[in-house]
Amino acid sequence: MSIWEYANPVRFMRMTDRLLPWVVGGAVLFSVTGVVWGFLTPDDFRQGSTVKIVFLHVPAAMMAINIWVMMLVASLVWIIRRHHVSALAAKAAAPIGAVMTLIALATGALWGQPMWGTWWEWDPRLTSFLILFLFYIGYIALWAAIEDPDSAADLTGVLCLVGSVFALLSRYAVLFWNQGLHQGASLSVQSGERMSHVYRYPLYTAMVGFGLLFLALLIIRTRTEIRRRRLAALQAREMRA
Amino acid sequence: MIDLGKYAFAVLASYGVSLALLAGLIWQTLVANARARRALEDHERGKKDG
Repeated sequence: MSIWEYANPVRFMRMTDRLLPWVVGGAVLFSVTGVVWGFLTPDDFRQGSTVKIVFLHVPAAMMAINIWVMMLVASLVWIIRRHHVSALAAKAAAPIGAVMTLIALATGALWGQPMWGTWWEWDPRLTSFLILFLFYIGYIALWAAIEDPDSAADLTGVLCLVGSVFALLSRYAVLFWNQGLHQGASLSVQSGERMSHVYRYPLYTAMVGFGLLFLALLIIRTRTEIRRRRLAALQAREMRA
Repeated sequence: MIDLGKYAFAVLASYGVSLALLAGLIWQTLVANARARRALEDHERGKKDG
């Protein structure tokens, strides 16, 4: 069986109908466990209780970038193979990505104030993240502004390609420009820089939880878009008849 | 009760803002899904009934 068979909306609805309860269950289990476990971790010797913010900030930032990459892949599938479900999945993912980016920006500001002495700095990573957020807003606005869904999918696909530069920049900005306040990877594998297992395990749990939460919301939102598209097609057919 | 010390505002505000945003997103997703399903079902039922 080929993955392209799920590009058929009926097959997609049938498959996700069975899959959704498991994904929702996993999302609730992992995200609640990760966030509560993270909140209960002991204070860090340098950062005090602010270390608890990492269990929201890092998973949200990770998802903000990964969701844009997923939208890029889905947009490319639309542009190359013209599968409607992939265009609708990209559209459905954008508001989730915007919220994840907003959470990363808000928790970053709240964390930065006590640690860096400022809510905001025009640091490469922070700035590229802000631009990524604006790209999410622009992407959502473009979908809303164009009436013809195929044209909207084409144009938002192009916007997604352009925005990918900032998604990648926000991930690697710390490596490109070494003058920012933001530190490098939180989960370095190099010895000496590695986060203590006291924080690492709840962080992994929260990251899995946020990933599953995204998947659950993506499935529900894509199903919503498919239903809306079907209704619009039925109404258009009746108008013509 | 966990003692968050002098950083209580930063930690509680981070959790509050994040959970509120996630709750809003989940609520909006479920409401939109229920509306779309109802609209499609109503339309298909209307077609069947005549």
